[in-house]
Amino acid sequence: MTTPLLDIRDLRLVVSLGRSAHHPLLKGVSFQIMPGEAYGLVGESGSGKSVTSLAVMGLLKRPLAVSGGEILFKGQNLLALPKREMRRLRGNRIAMIFQEPMTALNPLSTVGRQIAEMFVLHQGKSWGEAEKLAVEALGNVRVPNPDRRAKNYPHQMSGGLRQRVMIAMALACSPDLLIADEPTTALDVTVQAEVLRLIKELCAARGTAVLFISHDLGVIASICQRVGVMYSGCLVEENETRALFEGPRHEYTRGLLGALPRLGSRSEHGRQRLVDIDSIISDRSKLTESRFIAPRDLEGSQP
Amino acid sequence: MFRFTLRRILQVVPTIVVVALLIFVIFSVVPGTFAASLFADGKRAADPQMIARLNEEFGLNKPLMERFVTYVTDLARFDLGTSFRTRQPVVDLINDRMGASLQLAVAAMAFAIVVGVPLGFLAALRPGSILDTVTMIGAVSGLSMPQFWLGLLMMYLFALQLNWLPSFGYGDGSLRNLILPAVTLGVTPLALLARTTRAGVLDVLNADFIRTAHSKGMSEAKVVRWHVARNSLVLIVTTVGLQFGSLIGQAVVIEKLFAWPGIGSLLVDSVAIRDIPVVQGTILVIVLWFLIINTAVDLVYAAIDPRIKQE
Repeated sequence: MTTPLLDIRDLRLVVSLGRSAHHPLLKGVSFQIMPGEAYGLVGESGSGKSVTSLAVMGLLKRPLAVSGGEILFKGQNLLALPKREMRRLRGNRIAMIFQEPMTALNPLSTVGRQIAEMFVLHQGKSWGEAEKLAVEALGNVRVPNPDRRAKNYPHQMSGGLRQRVMIAMALACSPDLLIADEPTTALDVTVQAEVLRLIKELCAARGTAVLFISHDLGVIASICQRVGVMYSGCLVEENETRALFEGPRHEYTRGLLGALPRLGSRSEHGRQRLVDIDSIISDRSKLTESRFIAPRDLEGSQP
Repeated sequence: MFRFTLRRILQVVPTIVVVALLIFVIFSVVPGTFAASLFADGKRAADPQMIARLNEEFGLNKPLMERFVTYVTDLARFDLGTSFRTRQPVVDLINDRMGASLQLAVAAMAFAIVVGVPLGFLAALRPGSILDTVTMIGAVSGLSMPQFWLGLLMMYLFALQLNWLPSFGYGDGSLRNLILPAVTLGVTPLALLARTTRAGVLDVLNADFIRTAHSKGMSEAKVVRWHVARNSLVLIVTTVGLQFGSLIGQAVVIEKLFAWPGIGSLLVDSVAIRDIPVVQGTILVIVLWFLIINTAVDLVYAAIDPRIKQE
């Protein structure tokens, strides 16, 4: 068995509320990502998907803090790494794409220069060389007229183009792991499909593993090999994508899938109603306490 | 960029015309005349014949419309009229004072920028630190202290007690004479600048693209140099512009207090004796100064932020 690229072990996060009081955000999350694998994290807003990714990047800001667990990247615990070492990994070996392409780029700097920063920072290139590499990187994400576009400011580009710039930036140093935090949520559907395909193809070509965060199950299904379902700070279920969609074991996952509209789905009363998650999970607080050992899980869905 | 510059400069013209009209209207309705104020010392009764003669000389007995036409046509030839008191052209009077005024305003602003901007920047980078707390307390104190009172304190301490600097006057225009009035005048813009710089930098630090910058693996210093500095400049330039523009007007009190021979003290003296042409002229110059600074700020904006040129 190969060693996992990213191995998160019992990660716990808290938000501190003053001197000694704090509230748990992640209550012991563990999962692994193999080299080159695309792993999806789904869950509703506030379930802890994004903070998990920020913890991996080491970008948690006060009042958020790690209170326990390990994040092993190629066997190295990122949480114990000195700041300088972490900076060397960040952007270089682990890169990230954010949700909002509108605000994630500096408005007063050309996109070419912003991509070029990566080469200057991590490969010790001069600005001149780096700008040339940036044009190349823009071409790689299929931006038309890359040498002209490199001189554009973000406000001169559409949302889809800006997200391509973000992808070019993130993949500039061919990282081992790409974290994509809802990279297509702010885009319209056609652009969304293009951007997804781009991420999928580029990462496959470079052997880059992806941690893909989304609340959109359709998006996850189209890109990831394995999926983890998060709810209220816990990873409640994890499975191969196909298996998860066909046989969800946890009642929250079933609720999530039931809330997915399907074209042409009908029941005997005519149109089928979408399932409301709250009607499935009667008592959320109890669910949290029992740490999500779902009844179906015990019935033995193991082969 | 050239067309943008030209457009901004042309926009100043209508503003000046409107301001000139307003000034004329205001001073044609204020009570009291130069002639009456000459005899207003209470010792002698005003001689009606004398007043009539003076009014005749300055054309004050002509109908309002006629005076207005004269005013506008003179203005178009850059003639601001003749002072009632000294019988000198107003342009010459202002010219004599402008140098001292500019000196004071530039020195005060330079002091405010050099001290205020770095303080605000450092305070924002370490919010809640001792430096931050001290700076912000200082800024609030600086904003709430009346300038003339601060000026008096400075005079007392540095001129009377320590005897380091001259207490007032222009002297031979040396730096020693400039320091006290400039520092006093600079305290308000300094405090304002420190506060807005801090707020602006904090705002930028919370922006999404700063998170992106961190995610690229940049050191704190590089994030500040490459991404924070330029973005927070917009707010700083605005504040500098607004303050600089109004500084010559604000200097009235300080010029009076330190007997500084600038536009401000000329204005105060002329208002007291209803020397209307001089008052009109000085106000026009102060407004013009404000407009020039404002236009300059707009041009600087466009140089900083590529989004502005588009409009």
